Amino acid sequence: MRDGWELTVGLEVHVELTTRTKMWCGCPTTFGDDPNTNVCEVCTGQPGSLPVANARAIRDATLLGLALNGTVAETCWFHRKNYFYPDLAKNYQISQYDVPLISDGHLDVEVDVAPGAGREGGADGGLETRRVRIERLHMEEDTGKSLHVGDTGRLHGADRSLIDYNRCGIPLLEIVSRPDIHDPETAQAYLRELQAIVRAVGVSDARMEEGSMRCDANVSVRRPGEELGTRTEIKNLNSVRSLGRAIAYEAERQIAVLEDGGEIVMQTRHWDESQGVTETLRVKESVTDYRYFPDPDLVAVVSRPEEVEAIRAGLPELPAATRARLTAAGVPAAQAATIVTGELVPWFDEAVAQGADAAAVANWVTGDLAGQLSAAGLSVQDSGVTGSHLAELIGLIDDGTLSTKLAKQVLEGLIEERGAKGPKEVAAERGLQQVSDEGELRAIVEQVVADNPGTVEDIRGGNTKAIGALVGQVMKATRGQADPRKTNELLRETIGA
Amino acid sequence: MAALTALTATELSERLGRGEVSAREVVDAHLDRIAATDGVVADGAVWATKPAGDLGDDEVHAFLHVTAGAARAHADDIDARRAAGEQLGALAGVPLALKDILTTRGAPTTCGSRMLEGWVPPYDATVTELLRDADVVVLGKTNMDEFAMGSSTENSAFGDTRNPWDLDRVPGGSSGGSAAAVAALQAPLSIGTDTGGSIRQPAALTGLVGVKPTYGTVSRRGLVAFASSLDQAGPFARTVEDAAQLLALIQRHDPRDSTSVPDTPPDLLAHLRDGVDGLRIGVVTELQGEGYEPGVEATFRATLERFERLGATIVEVSLPHAPYGLPAYYLIAPSECSSNLARFDGVRYGLRVDAPTAEEMNAATRAAGFGPEVKRRIMIGTHALSSGYYDAYYLQASKVRTLIARDFRAAFEQADVLVSPTSPSVAFGLGTKTADPIAMYLNDVATVPASLAGTPALSLPAGLAEAPDAPGTALPVGLQVMAPLLRDDLMFRVAWAFEQDRGFAAIPTGPRAVEGVA
Amino acid sequence: MSLSPDEVRHVARLARLALTDEEVTDLAPQLSAILGYAEQVSEVAADDVTPTVHPLAPSDVTRPDEPRPSLSRDDVLAGAPQVEQDRFAVPRIVAEEG
Ligand SMILES: [Mg+2]
Ligand SMILES: [Zn+2]
Repeated sequence: MRDGWELTVGLEVHVELTTRTKMWCGCPTTFGDDPNTNVCEVCTGQPGSLPVANARAIRDATLLGLALNGTVAETCWFHRKNYFYPDLAKNYQISQYDVPLISDGHLDVEVDVAPGAGREGGADGGLETRRVRIERLHMEEDTGKSLHVGDTGRLHGADRSLIDYNRCGIPLLEIVSRPDIHDPETAQAYLRELQAIVRAVGVSDARMEEGSMRCDANVSVRRPGEELGTRTEIKNLNSVRSLGRAIAYEAERQIAVLEDGGEIVMQTRHWDESQGVTETLRVKESVTDYRYFPDPDLVAVVSRPEEVEAIRAGLPELPAATRARLTAAGVPAAQAATIVTGELVPWFDEAVAQGADAAAVANWVTGDLAGQLSAAGLSVQDSGVTGSHLAELIGLIDDGTLSTKLAKQVLEGLIEERGAKGPKEVAAERGLQQVSDEGELRAIVEQVVADNPGTVEDIRGGNTKAIGALVGQVMKATRGQADPRKTNELLRETIGA
Repeated sequence: MAALTALTATELSERLGRGEVSAREVVDAHLDRIAATDGVVADGAVWATKPAGDLGDDEVHAFLHVTAGAARAHADDIDARRAAGEQLGALAGVPLALKDILTTRGAPTTCGSRMLEGWVPPYDATVTELLRDADVVVLGKTNMDEFAMGSSTENSAFGDTRNPWDLDRVPGGSSGGSAAAVAALQAPLSIGTDTGGSIRQPAALTGLVGVKPTYGTVSRRGLVAFASSLDQAGPFARTVEDAAQLLALIQRHDPRDSTSVPDTPPDLLAHLRDGVDGLRIGVVTELQGEGYEPGVEATFRATLERFERLGATIVEVSLPHAPYGLPAYYLIAPSECSSNLARFDGVRYGLRVDAPTAEEMNAATRAAGFGPEVKRRIMIGTHALSSGYYDAYYLQASKVRTLIARDFRAAFEQADVLVSPTSPSVAFGLGTKTADPIAMYLNDVATVPASLAGTPALSLPAGLAEAPDAPGTALPVGLQVMAPLLRDDLMFRVAWAFEQDRGFAAIPTGPRAVEGVA
Repeated sequence: MSLSPDEVRHVARLARLALTDEEVTDLAPQLSAILGYAEQVSEVAADDVTPTVHPLAPSDVTRPDEPRPSLSRDDVLAGAPQVEQDRFAVPRIVAEEG
C-alpha cells in the first residue's frame, strides 16, 4: 500500500451447496450434464409451479453459519429479489433480505506479516491472527448458465445467448464480510480459510475453477482518518491469486485517480486475469431497485434452539483446531497449513494412527506425495494412496528396509498402481528392497574386497577415505539396494581397518 | 337429453351409479349443450372458441377450449371400468368445466391472455390430478379475466363471457366462464379461483353456489399465480351439496405446495344437514348500507328473517378494519402479481415479439402480451414495492391485513358464522364499468375481507332482485357466508339449511336468458 | 399520490413493459387515482402491528433432499419461442445481471 493511504475491502462469497437436489425442486445438481436435462416446471419457472425448500440445504447453511461463529435467526423468511435476466427463470431470485439465516459471525485468519522470513523457522514464524467479521450468511438460489454465441463467446459483442437451466435453482449461500480487510494478503487468507471451513464441514467442494465458490470484492481507499471512500465492486475473481492481484491493482488505480484530483465512481469492474487489470463493466447510475418482498409462495424458516444445538454438536473439527493439533504434534506451522488447505488431514490422521511419526508424515504428505501427485496430475483422493500406505512406507524406512531414495521410488509405484498394491508388495515386485541381510551382503563385500587388493592396501595404509570407492562397488553390485551404513560396517570389519 | 343437463351432480352420480345412464351419455349431453349455446367451433378433438368478433349475441362463451375428444374417451373408460365392477368415486362420470388458469398437461392453458395463447403446460395442476383420479370428466377450459384480474370477465383477450340470466350482462369475474358454464347447464360443476372474490362474486351474479375454501386447504400447485397469498381454487355448483361434494375431492394437503396447511379440515358432508337451530349468525355492520343496491339490501334483509325463523340468532358484529380491506387488497394483490407475472418474458414459453436485444424483446413481448388491466396492476404493484414506497404501501397494507384477521377472530367470538351480501350489485351491463377501474374494483368490497383473512367464504343464491337500470328484471342476488379458519364445514351447514328452506331454482329465466332452459 | 408521466416511464422500465406515449398519458391519471384510493391504508394506525404474509402460516415446510424425476428436455423446450443447441435462445443481452 502506498504511504498515506488506507485500503478497505469487504468480500461477498457465494458457495454452491453439494446437496443431491436443487433448493426448490427435486432436480439433481450434477455438474456438467447435457443442457436442460436436470430441469422441471419449478426450476424453469413454468406458470403455476411452486417451490418447496430443501431441508438439507437449510441444515447445511446452518452448519456452516455455526462454523463461522454466527447466530442463527429464530425466524426468517425468503424474499424475492426482482430483476429481469434471461438466466433467471422466474425473473426474480429467491433470496433473503432483512433477516438472514445467519448473522454476526467472524473468521480468524492467519496472515504472514513477514513474507519470506521466519515462516519456515519457528512454529508461528511471521504469522499474525486477524479477525474478519461476517455480517451475514444467507440462502439463495443459483441462476442458469448463458452461452454467448456469434462472436467471441463473451457477453460483450455476442449476437445471441443460449440458456441452460441445469444450474438454475442450485442452493447457494452468500457470505458477506464486514469491511474489516485492509490488505490483499488478509483477503486471500480469508478466502482460503473460508474455503477450508466449507470443505471441513462438508457442505460444498468450494472449487473456484468450477464456480462452486465465487468471490466479489468491494474495494475502496481513503487517507487515514477520513470517511470511507467510494467503493467499486470487482467481479470475475476465479482464484485466491486473482483476488490478491485484483485488490492490489484496484487500490493502486483508485489512489492514482484520487491523487490526480479525480473522483472514484461507484461501479462494477471486471478483473481481466490475462492483462492483470480491472476494467469498467457498468456504472451504477442509480441504485438498482430489486423490490424485495417476502415470497408468498414460501413460509417462515423457524430454527428452534434445541435443533440448532444438535446441528452444532455435529460440527467436525475446524481448520484452526486441526492446525493447532498438528503443530502440537510436531508439524511445522507452514506444513500444517498446507495439510489443511490441501484436504490432506484424513491421510495425515490415518498415517499417524498407524503409528507413524507426525513430522515424518507431514514431510511426506506435503513434500513428495504432493509433488508426485501434481506431476501425475492426480488429486490425493484419486490416487488410491492411503494414510496406511504412508505409515507403512515410513515404517520401511525406519527399519532400514528402504532408503529414502528407494522409498520415493516405492511411492511412485504406489501411485502407478493407484494404491491397489501396498508399499511392501510394490517394493518386493520391483526389487526395491535394501540388501541388509548380513549373509548376502557379507558375501558381496568379501567379493569386492577380493577384487580390489590395491584399494584395500591403501585403506590399510591409513587412507580411510578410499573406503568410499569400495562402498560404490558394493552399491553397483546390488544396484543401489545395499544399506550404506551396513555396507560401511562390513567393509571395515572385513578389511580390518 | 336436456333433462340430463338440468340435473345436479349428486343426481347424475346417483343415476350413473344405478346404471340408468352411462358416463358417455352424460358427457355427450353436455357437449351437445355447449355446441348449441356456447359459440364454439364444435369440430374435432379440441373445440376452439370462435374469434371474439364472430361470437353471436345469444352465445354464452363460457369455454375457451372444449376437450371433447378427451372427455368422451375418459367417459368411455369410466363406463368400461364400471361395467367391469370397479369401485368408482362419488363423482365418477360427472362432467366439469375447469378455469383456464389451472394447468392441464397436453391441453392448452391460456389464463385468458395473448401471452399464453397456444401454450400447452408440461405438467398437471394438483387439482387437475385430483379430479382425474376421482374420474370427474373435464369438458374443457373456461374463459376468465386475463390472469384472473377483473370482476366481469371482460378482461379476457378472447372475448367477453355473457351472463346466462341476461346475455347483455356480465357473469362477474374473474371466474366468469366457470360460473356461466354451470349456470347455462353446460356443466353441473366447475372449478374457479378466488383471489379477492373471483368465485363468490360470479356465483352471486349467476345464481350459483361458489366457494372460496380456507386459504391453504386446496393446493395452488399448477394454479397460475395472480397473488400467491390470496389465490385459492374452489367449486361452482347449482346446489350446496354438489359444491361440498366437489370441494371434498380437492381439499387435500399437498407437500408440493409450501403454503398447503397440514391440518385436515373437518368433513364437509357429515354435518351438512344439521340445520342452523341455535347458531349465532353475525351480520357485519361494515358490509352493508351505502354502496349496496336497494334490491340487494332488501334480499339480504329477507335472508336474515329466514335464518331467524329457522332458529338461528342474528347478532350484529363489527369488522372495524373491513373498510380498509379493498385499499389493502389493491396494494397486496398487484404487488404480488408484479413479481408473479415477471416470468412472462418471451424466453421459455408463450408469446415472443422479436427485437434486437433481449431487454427490448422482453419489454415488447410484455407490452403486446398483456392487456390494459394486467398492465395497470403490474404498474401499481411495481410502484408499491419500489424503493421509497414499500413501507407506505405494501408493508402498511400487510399490517392492515393483520388487523382485519384480528377483527375476524374477535367477530367469531360473538358469532358462529358471518353473513353479508356477496356483491353490492346484481349483474351489470356489459361495458358499463370498463372505463372506470375503481368502480370495477368496488365489486369486491364485500368479498375481499375474507380473502385477506384467509377465512372460508361462500356465496349462495339468496333470491332475485331488480337491476336499478332495468325495471322489471329479476337477477340473482348472492348471500355470503363466512366461517372461522378451517371451519368450511360450518359454512356449508348454514348454506344448506338456507337453501333447503328458500328452494331457489338455479335455472336462468328472463327475456334475455340463455336459450332452452326456461 | 399522483404519478407524473416520467414516473410512469420509470416504473414501466422496472416492470419491463414497453409503453407507448399514449399509454403513458392514459396510465398516469389512472394509476394516480388507484394509488389515491389505496392510500387510505395510511389512515390506519399500525406502527406496532406485525405484517401478515399468510393468513394461515405453517412454518418450516421442507422436503427431503431426494431426487424426483425431472421433465424431459423435449417437454421443457416444447413451449420455447426459440431453441438452439438444446438451449433457450434470446437475442443479445445488453444489460449486465442486476
Ligand atoms: Mg446474492
Ligand atoms: Zn427442477
